[in-house]
Amino acid sequence: MDIHEYQSKEILSEYGVPIAAGGLAYSPEQAAYRATEIGGDAWVVKAQIHSGARGKAGGIKVCKSEDEVAKAAEELLGKKLVTHQTGPQGKVCHRLYVEAGCNIDREIYMAFVLDRQKESVTVVASAEGGMEIEQLAIEKPDSIIKIAVEAAVGMQPFQAREIVFALGLDKSQVNQAVTTILGCYRAMRDLDANMVEINPLVVTKEGNLLAVDAKMGFDDNALFRHSQISELRDKSQEDIREMNAADRGLSYVGLDGNIGCIINGAGLAMATMDMIMHAGGEPANFLDIGGGASPERVSKAFNLVLSDDNVKCILINIFAGINRCDWVAEGIIQAVQKIELKLPVVVRLSGTNVEQGRKMLKDSGLPLIMAETLREAADKAVAAWKENSK
Amino acid sequence: MSILVDENTKMIVQGFTGKIGSFHAQEMLDYGSNLVGGVTPGKGGSTHLGLPVFNTVKDAVRETGAEASILFVPPSFAADSAMEAADAGIKVCVAITDGIPAHDMIRVKRYMRRYTKSEKMTMIGPNCAGIISPGKAMLGIMPGHIYKKGNVGIVGRSGTLGYEAASQMKALDIGVSTSVGIGGDPINGSSFRDILSRFEEDPDTDVILMIGEIGGPQEVDAGQFAKENMKKPVVAYIAGLTAPKGRVMGHAGAIVSAYGESAVEKVELLKECGVTISKNPSVIGETIKSVLS
Repeated sequence: MDIHEYQSKEILSEYGVPIAAGGLAYSPEQAAYRATEIGGDAWVVKAQIHSGARGKAGGIKVCKSEDEVAKAAEELLGKKLVTHQTGPQGKVCHRLYVEAGCNIDREIYMAFVLDRQKESVTVVASAEGGMEIEQLAIEKPDSIIKIAVEAAVGMQPFQAREIVFALGLDKSQVNQAVTTILGCYRAMRDLDANMVEINPLVVTKEGNLLAVDAKMGFDDNALFRHSQISELRDKSQEDIREMNAADRGLSYVGLDGNIGCIINGAGLAMATMDMIMHAGGEPANFLDIGGGASPERVSKAFNLVLSDDNVKCILINIFAGINRCDWVAEGIIQAVQKIELKLPVVVRLSGTNVEQGRKMLKDSGLPLIMAETLREAADKAVAAWKENSK
Repeated sequence: MSILVDENTKMIVQGFTGKIGSFHAQEMLDYGSNLVGGVTPGKGGSTHLGLPVFNTVKDAVRETGAEASILFVPPSFAADSAMEAADAGIKVCVAITDGIPAHDMIRVKRYMRRYTKSEKMTMIGPNCAGIISPGKAMLGIMPGHIYKKGNVGIVGRSGTLGYEAASQMKALDIGVSTSVGIGGDPINGSSFRDILSRFEEDPDTDVILMIGEIGGPQEVDAGQFAKENMKKPVVAYIAGLTAPKGRVMGHAGAIVSAYGESAVEKVELLKECGVTISKNPSVIGETIKSVLS
């Protein structure tokens, strides 16, 4: 689960990470009022959407007066911002964060990630802040400092100091930087975050450190023990179909193609989508209905896939192991009978009692296109999609 | 032979008396696994499915000599159960549970480092289908009848995709020595590399099928290992060609976040390591057949 910048900053500041004065605003008037509250003569109005690279998308505005703050807020609220992380559909900004401006001397990159190689939390830092890490890894790989944390004892101050000195920070900034690094680690561990990123961590002209942008992501599997984090969820930032799917216990990812997929198991789902691509088509979605493939789940899956107007054909691929194909077939028949089906549906069943399952589908009188192998299923789905798109 | 489990392996079920634990325990018994009991804290002393129930894994190991366990414990308690198994002297532990927090798995992996190599437990999973040595024993939740006994070792992340591969193989009369599901989580008990090294030493395994997917470094690591340390041929299929970057595709670990983690990149890197690639999921069986002959 992702949260907003202002929420990340609130959390991290409790752990000792330095942030600028700021406040949340839902309207231009409120934004101007926040600016007055904060004081000073420069403010940054920042669109709160779940995405990085907001600056390039016009989501961050530097203002020199309260009028400018109000004007920037007017422009940003309700605006759809498109970044390379949001995809072409973009994300709508409903909240603003108004923050005191600062005089930047230098920018540092700092992130805490779950390192799958080392099976630990690893700190990634670079003196070349402001760039994205992917870009840094390509353009300035030597600037990247990495330190893995020993999970049994947690991050130690000497590790933080090694990072601070490698970044070339001034000795007057060492204590503040060590506190920042240790604080981020503790926040990550205490709250089951899978990512904490401060980019940039700024050194101001006055010599202070400030987290100018902050991002946290949380492990969905651990939200059961962090109700205060679950409450930060902003549904307006989530894809509506993906959210509906998650609420029904299904795993769905919307894509750009025309062939809707209903499959049990994540690996088989990805493999079936690969097969569609090999056959010359494009999947409209990833959808794993879980190992069980019960009638209720098949039914929910149909509704979900059909809610995408781009879908011109549906491919169902179920491997029934412990739950037999005849039972799965029964579920498909029930689900199809309930909806008014206007699209071609290709069904491929395999596994236990496959003959019986296929016979039931055939005898049902429903206009289902049957396939025996994975390849046949993909070929028939692509052909049906082309036919239906004419 | 086979790896990890065979007909002599004494097994227990952790989370034995629950609905899911009971169902799969019965399936394992029906398959012929040497199940000797189970653990449900608070129900020690009773009998379930004709087998003794214990309060702790230590009790179960002491009374039955169990060497392997399978976990059907809810995600919030699963890490604790895995560490309990490790501490009780269990040698192979399969965690079926889906949804264990990643930080919990980091702790489990760290905890297991306190044992010497000979004492150390091998953990398989979590979020996996388990292990089957066809014709001998099943410590998992797979449909046993789709596997034919033979000389191909299978290691994969996914359940149903693994079944698909086993079915394609059975249709071509190709059998399996052992099939191991290492699970779809970002931090797991055993890696592809760990399982490849066991297959390399197993006299009954001649070819290994590795079924990988997008995300993480393990497939490419295993390819490097195969290149440097293995004589047996490795066939691989990597799922997720159409997966967009930065999105989780069902499995918590199936997310492309760095170079070398997409399906196309993994396939290229594995080819460089001399691994034979099944170019799409419908020809996994055929690819193995051509490597076997």
